[in-house]
Amino acid sequence: MMALLKSSRVICNIGTFSRSLGSVSSRNSSFWAEVQMGPPDPILGVTEAFRRDTNPQKMNLGVGAYRDDQGKPYVLDSVRKAEAVIASKQLDKEYLAIGGLGEFNKSCAQLALGADSEVLKNGRNITVQTISGTGSLRIGANFLSRFHSASRDVYLPSPSWGNHTPIFRDAGMLLKAYRYYDPSTCGFDFLGMLEDISKMPERSVVLLHACAHNPTGVDPKPDQWKEISDLMKKRDLLVFFDMAYQGFASGDIDRDAWAVRHFIEQGHNIVLSQSFAKNMGLYGERVGGLTLVCGDAEEAKRVESQLKILIRPNYSNPPMNGARIATTILNTTELYNIWLEEVRLMANRIIKMREQLAANLKSEGSTHNWQHVTDQIGMFCFTGLKPDQVERLTKEFSVYMTKDGRISMAGVTSGNVGYLAHGIHAVTKCYISNNISADLPDNPSERQLRGR
Amino acid sequence: MALLKSSKIISSVGVYPPLGALSVRASSWWSEVQMGPPDPILGVSEAYKRDTNSKKINLGVGAYRDDQGKPFVLSCVRKAEAQLAAKKLDKEYLPIGGLGDFNKACAKLALGDDSEVIKSGRNITVQTISGTGSLRVGASFLSRFHTEARDVYLPKPSWGNHTPIFRDAGMQLKAYSYYDPKTCGFDFQGALNDISKIPAKSVIMLHACAHNPTGVDPRPEQWKEIAELVKKRNLLPFFDMAYQGFASGDIDRDAWAVRHFIEQGHNILLSQSFAKNMGLYGERVGGFTVVCKDTEEAKRVESQLKILIRPVYSNPPMNGARIAATILNTPDLYKEWLGEVHGMANRIITMRELLVANLKKEGSTRNWQHVIDQIGMFCFTGLKPEQVERLTKEFSVYMTKDGRISMAGVTSGNVGYLAQGIHTVTK
Repeated sequence: MMALLKSSRVICNIGTFSRSLGSVSSRNSSFWAEVQMGPPDPILGVTEAFRRDTNPQKMNLGVGAYRDDQGKPYVLDSVRKAEAVIASKQLDKEYLAIGGLGEFNKSCAQLALGADSEVLKNGRNITVQTISGTGSLRIGANFLSRFHSASRDVYLPSPSWGNHTPIFRDAGMLLKAYRYYDPSTCGFDFLGMLEDISKMPERSVVLLHACAHNPTGVDPKPDQWKEISDLMKKRDLLVFFDMAYQGFASGDIDRDAWAVRHFIEQGHNIVLSQSFAKNMGLYGERVGGLTLVCGDAEEAKRVESQLKILIRPNYSNPPMNGARIATTILNTTELYNIWLEEVRLMANRIIKMREQLAANLKSEGSTHNWQHVTDQIGMFCFTGLKPDQVERLTKEFSVYMTKDGRISMAGVTSGNVGYLAHGIHAVTKCYISNNISADLPDNPSERQLRGR
Repeated sequence: MALLKSSKIISSVGVYPPLGALSVRASSWWSEVQMGPPDPILGVSEAYKRDTNSKKINLGVGAYRDDQGKPFVLSCVRKAEAQLAAKKLDKEYLPIGGLGDFNKACAKLALGDDSEVIKSGRNITVQTISGTGSLRVGASFLSRFHTEARDVYLPKPSWGNHTPIFRDAGMQLKAYSYYDPKTCGFDFQGALNDISKIPAKSVIMLHACAHNPTGVDPRPEQWKEIAELVKKRNLLPFFDMAYQGFASGDIDRDAWAVRHFIEQGHNILLSQSFAKNMGLYGERVGGFTVVCKDTEEAKRVESQLKILIRPVYSNPPMNGARIAATILNTPDLYKEWLGEVHGMANRIITMRELLVANLKKEGSTRNWQHVIDQIGMFCFTGLKPEQVERLTKEFSVYMTKDGRISMAGVTSGNVGYLAQGIHTVTK
């Protein structure tokens, strides 16, 4: 084992105590001499680097936090109104239940599953409030680790949100992957995915992004979802949906939940993580939910009891403020309607930015095919940029993004989209497109190369 | 295990049944999941809520109540909230390690304004999800990096949740003598004996003040001996300070043991909670501190804490930390807060005195001195499980079955009834 201690001088007499404050020589050696400096978080580390940059034209396209067209963080009007309502009630700050705020849990499940959900009517879901999406996934992972003994394997789409891997790994699961993104088309590798699913051992856990896949923005179409659902049922797989962007993909809450609801209708008893960080702009309030669809209400009660046993030594009970805000919005008709409209607005601004980015790239003279920028859905765009191009974009243009080529469209504004297009064009114009999707047809030499 | 019961599955890809065709539902995954027992502490509140007896008293969870038995939101908290609301701050993610202003103030509160540790920058303090979250982050950190020892020594008894926190994090639980049931006081010699046998580099958990559940704290001279012995044995002290201010009413006095250990050269781990002393319970405000050898080490440790935290909850909740930071960093509010903490601690001390007086009045001949001697929110009554059960069943007095009562739940209005009940089941 590693020798953790360096030399130490220890006072041995019980009863005598050391000299006055500041006598450093009596200090024990540290226990942490062997702890290595770890790398910064690939996503959150981008923001840290952005902050340090002094270039006035810098852009933060790293973390998926929505910005308005002035590039400012946006606190939703429905949220401000809900906060005012809550403040006027002068509520206490007593602990929530281990599973969180009951009213929140009900509304959270209803939002995902639909008001007329048979699952809700039969009480066969257990939904607990969690620390946003990450907390939800982690509790889910812990639950699987403890109770899904049939399989240790969790299949993630390739690629997936970077944090999925340590979440499941630290919880004791083993990570595997299925094909998902096709770099040659910057689109969905449907056949590749079906092929990989058909080989998964029964009862493995499969993680699906419900909508607005992160990082690629590439979502299956409904017909494709149907086939995926059927095949997963045939393979007897445990489906775990991560829905962090309900409302952000299409602007429509119900449309974005379609895959989740379809799977449930098809009989999958899914695990579902929800986040309100993006669609309610509640990022730092940490609002989320974890749902397990069970066989019946009795089973839901058993599962609930075990979730509580798992949660209690993690953080005891979840934070109240964000959940109160979300509950107020979801349960007050007027606020709910305002919220739906704001979600639509946010989604539409992003769609517009996609269109403007593609248009600006064309007017820059780029000959690459940027169709994927407008085809992809949700907050992120998987540009197709390679790590060295990303590095150039950051170093030369102060455009901050993750090195997988992902940009947060939410960070793009009508004010900076031109600059962004300019930068992207600058770092991609000399390149043959083996990573960016198929070129425009009027470039014969590149067409030839693509045929390789 | 065969997790699946019989299942009917449609095999053809591409065909799908209409809504409501229940026969095609896949089997559940959780048929083997057993019903687990309710949480021993929080479960008490749940049982209390169900009781319809108008005289019921909840002495289960350690949440402060005013003399009307009502939850108490501190005035300084309301003021801080008003200030924050006026600022119309955004809701952007905090850093993984939390709100910087909070972390600084949190460390200062525990370690003292003139702390050499803080001056040297050799602590890393991160915001956590109250005390539980802090302990769990600490336990996970130990599990990953303190590879030379897997054992965590808890005092006997300790807060019930300590055990699953460390166990679920992968540590092994052991114990050292602490409470003497014969005296309802501190088993000092027993503690020293046990500590002297703890293998080097093991982790020893210490309650900084207001020991939970017993209310029994070492005296300063005893703390000094413990510090010496812990150093001699080369143990890693992990302080749990959930009640700073609540024990004596004085913030600095309650942090004395923590500061003494640090002065003596212990590079401690420290969990802090603002649930009780700021009444921020449900906002989940806490801190975790590692005292390191120097700044460089603190940076390394910080980087690893972030790597650990990110796949648990990414970053902590903002609201409570903003409130706490506002109070700690605004002199007027800070002063008001100190006064309110003092007030809460005093009300509890008064209730202790009233309870003993009422027990005497009831005619009890038992020695109830420990009710007054014990410190903090809890009183370890000495009641046995069957007596506790009677107290709950016959008097609707809810408490944990180890005999612990939360003095915070006692009021001048119910202390007589409580004394009556306790006397009845103990005479």
